Amino acid sequence: MKPELFTKDTTAIVYGYHTNAIQRMLDFDYACGRKVPSVAAIVDPGREGVHKAFFGKGEILLPMYRTLARAAENHPKADVCVNFASFRSAFASSMEALEHKNIRTVAVIAEGIPERRARILAATAKKLDKMVIGPATVGGIKAGCFKIANTAGTYENIVESKLHRPGSVGFVSKSGGLSNECYNIIARNTDGLYEGIAIGGDAYPGSTLLEHILRYEAIPEVKLIVALGEIGGTEELRIVDALKSGAVKKPLVIWVTGTCSKMFPAGVQFGHAGAKAGSDLETAEAKNRALKAAGAIVPDSFDDYGVMIKKTYEKLVKKGAIKPAAEVAAPALPMDFAQAMKEGKIRKATTFINTISNEKKEELEYCNMPISKVLDSGMGLGGVIGLLWFKRDLPAYGRSFLETALMLVADHGPAVSGAHNAIVAARAGKDIISALASGLLTIGPRFGGAIDDAAQNFKRARDSGLTPAQFVRDMKEKGLNIPGIGHRVKSISNPDMRVTQLKAFCRKHFRKTELLDYALEVEKITSSKKGNLILNVDGCIGICFVDMLNSCGSFAKEEIDNIVAMGCLNALFVVGRSIGIFGHIFDQKRLKQPLYRTPYDEIAYMTDL
Amino acid sequence: MAQRGIREYEGKKILFDGLAKYLPSFEGRSKKLALVRPDTDPKKLLKDNPWLAKEKLVVKPDQLFGKRGKHGLLCLNADWKTAWAWITERMNKTVTVGHTTGELQDFLIEPFTPHRDDEEGYVAIRAARDGDTIYLSDKGGIYVEENWGAVKETEVPILASIDDVKLNMPDLGPRTAQVAEFVKALYKVYAEGGFTYLEINPFTFSGDNIVPLDLVARVDDTAAFECARIWGGLEFPASFGSKHTPEEDFIRSLDEKTGASLKLTMLNPKGRIWNMVAGGGASVIYADTVCDLGYSRELANYGEYSGDPSAEDTYQYARTVLDLMTRENTVKGKVLIIGGGIANFTDVAKTFKGIIKALTEYRTKLVENKVKIYVRRGGPNYKEGLDNMRKLGATLGVPIEVYGPETHMTSVVSMALGGKKK
Repeated sequence: MKPELFTKDTTAIVYGYHTNAIQRMLDFDYACGRKVPSVAAIVDPGREGVHKAFFGKGEILLPMYRTLARAAENHPKADVCVNFASFRSAFASSMEALEHKNIRTVAVIAEGIPERRARILAATAKKLDKMVIGPATVGGIKAGCFKIANTAGTYENIVESKLHRPGSVGFVSKSGGLSNECYNIIARNTDGLYEGIAIGGDAYPGSTLLEHILRYEAIPEVKLIVALGEIGGTEELRIVDALKSGAVKKPLVIWVTGTCSKMFPAGVQFGHAGAKAGSDLETAEAKNRALKAAGAIVPDSFDDYGVMIKKTYEKLVKKGAIKPAAEVAAPALPMDFAQAMKEGKIRKATTFINTISNEKKEELEYCNMPISKVLDSGMGLGGVIGLLWFKRDLPAYGRSFLETALMLVADHGPAVSGAHNAIVAARAGKDIISALASGLLTIGPRFGGAIDDAAQNFKRARDSGLTPAQFVRDMKEKGLNIPGIGHRVKSISNPDMRVTQLKAFCRKHFRKTELLDYALEVEKITSSKKGNLILNVDGCIGICFVDMLNSCGSFAKEEIDNIVAMGCLNALFVVGRSIGIFGHIFDQKRLKQPLYRTPYDEIAYMTDL
Repeated sequence: MAQRGIREYEGKKILFDGLAKYLPSFEGRSKKLALVRPDTDPKKLLKDNPWLAKEKLVVKPDQLFGKRGKHGLLCLNADWKTAWAWITERMNKTVTVGHTTGELQDFLIEPFTPHRDDEEGYVAIRAARDGDTIYLSDKGGIYVEENWGAVKETEVPILASIDDVKLNMPDLGPRTAQVAEFVKALYKVYAEGGFTYLEINPFTFSGDNIVPLDLVARVDDTAAFECARIWGGLEFPASFGSKHTPEEDFIRSLDEKTGASLKLTMLNPKGRIWNMVAGGGASVIYADTVCDLGYSRELANYGEYSGDPSAEDTYQYARTVLDLMTRENTVKGKVLIIGGGIANFTDVAKTFKGIIKALTEYRTKLVENKVKIYVRRGGPNYKEGLDNMRKLGATLGVPIEVYGPETHMTSVVSMALGGKKK
């Protein structure tokens, strides 16, 4: 395998829909001034299409495929697979990637791949002369060229650690988290990183510390090799052999972590799966000692790691082996909108205002009242309507009145236009929402509008100072029926019990019943003309509703005007009647009623007239 | 997530069931194994395992340590009454094996197989990067180490099939072919069962059958999702003499529930130096540095959190550590190091949010314990995270020193401890 894994033109197929990692790869591309995005395509078994992402200041579309095979076929130049598959499926997908002729390097991010599977991956890569980075890794980065997944974290960190342009140091570690720390150390103590790889903390990484050290040995631009080993395993001892045999000639600064293990009881498993000494040979101290003896530059502790790197680097500069890489300014990355908002750097005008409820609080709130209190208070549906419609915690009689009104308007039999339409729609096999809507859509000036009309007309008349007699005369002159007056069968001598009860309730509980009193004066006049011109239930609801608002004392006159003008009473009718309409819909569905067709004898065909 | 030792009891159950697929003589053998724990009811055990009353038995502790014969912890050729009395006498007793002292709590009972010393063989399989090595010897038991030269090794490359591998066999006379067949079957069970180490020392013969006597086995616990059916309800006991504290168990259960990683090992509950470090790699270096500076005896814990845990996870983790660290006051005061490298993708502000919540909750106890806190971290949203820590420092009542990527990762350890111990 050629020592260089990545160039400035390398592109990858990302397996797994990890949008943050993908964006970070593309942001790194921007920092490096890459012309071609480093992500060629995304594979996700659950979706296909395109993914929109930023590439510098603009946006690009990345194709998405359900299978790796399709992605690899369509993007033959992509020779890296960044595999985010879970520990359960990472083995199969990594093997598939390895065996695809186009893919040369597979980075396996998942932690927890069974060791036997990891060994098979490593052996297969070797057999096919390909590279596996990981499992259990964050990946790696070639400064100024290509970055795997989340390696090196944020854009700010990339620029601060000078990763957007190549330096002279080749780095390899087990730990992914520490690799980023080491890029920082390298940036502070040398002219920067050339390439860094985290092989992952498992017992059997797909590629080893030594394999990458040997690559760095073979890459002329790498002048100094820095590595970080770890307790457990004998991998570092193979580095010792390579140093002794002369296979590694470049200066190697290396530290093996885990020197504390001798202080610990036997059997402490460190954070990494491979970090456990199986024998004395595998302890950090033994390995550090052997490395030092073989000619590696080994600090006394991690505290001096940076110091040793600096010393070694400066020696190389002095010798002329390194000409320090020039500093290159990275372009400023436009800040993400969300980030800028979070940091308070920008503000944005909103499009909508909401003053009645809030689901973003610890608990859902209706008009600042937590839902638990809504339930505890026993305010009922009437109370909830008060909070959400009128933004008031209504007194008990107000809630009770609204609930009574809902009960009274809930249904008026199947023959009225709303119920009829809903029944016809239900029998046409439509869903319940469509059937309900077809019923509700008949509500208007001729059906169901009387409550609202009565409230509007009576209120206007009384507010404008008309006497009941003047009001009756006024309506007559305009040729209009008085809304809320009149019943088909009931009369002054045969009163509607619903109205009787409602009037009694309001009289008993409301502090004022001014509009009701006014309406009853009107009724006296109309009913004296004709016995059935009485205040009907719709009129009574509308008029008493206005009295209820007035009784509360917490509504200003303008507010009451507005509530009535907005059509709240129509809303009350719609909510109540929806209950009945649903009843008719369910009735039809329960009875499995067939499609309704209006019989011919209901229609007069007069086309030939 | 690593290689874990398992009990001989479960190891043999898995082994015998697996072998039975290839070798008829192992059929039903896994039924003749019994595990006795402190709460085992002998009557129920006897009812479930009628063979216990009929056969001669062998009893031994089953707690991940070997050399049981040497320590007088073997009961051979016993009937049920003798065996049970032998167990009762030792149950919950403290013994020292090598350098480790612990309580005896698990015993394995098996049928006794009479055999001669010179009929003991040795077989082991060990995993390595490129393949597995099979070690095989006709001189097993206590003689294997002094006769290590006689051990025959066979490499099985990881991509090879065991059926295509020619075993390097010791001379077992007329038994040679039978043992070869047994070893091949054993390898298959080893590979299918997620084993990373398997040692049968010794195995012997009973009539025509091969009988594994003592077993040491380790499995790869990441294979659990593939091996669930083979393993059954496999438990991973703590190593002999070490017990998990309830807090360690709690963190382990958190770890298993989230995609992130949370680890905690108590080293010295009376220790003065407490670590709450992010990252599997960084956490080791922080512990190293404490030891390098000469304070290993005062190091209280090892642990780490990583993999972008939620604020709730870090809160639970932090309060567990804070609770442990504030149980006993010391005159000298204590040090808490909230360390970490420069994260790749872990959101520092988010993970700190949970830690800050826990610190705030333990304010009084932290003051009582004279705790000094040192923070060092970098990564996504680290500025916000560090700022929040600084703000907390103004009100918490104990000092918090806060550093970012400009300070070397482990410098805070030295600052916290005042340099190398004189």
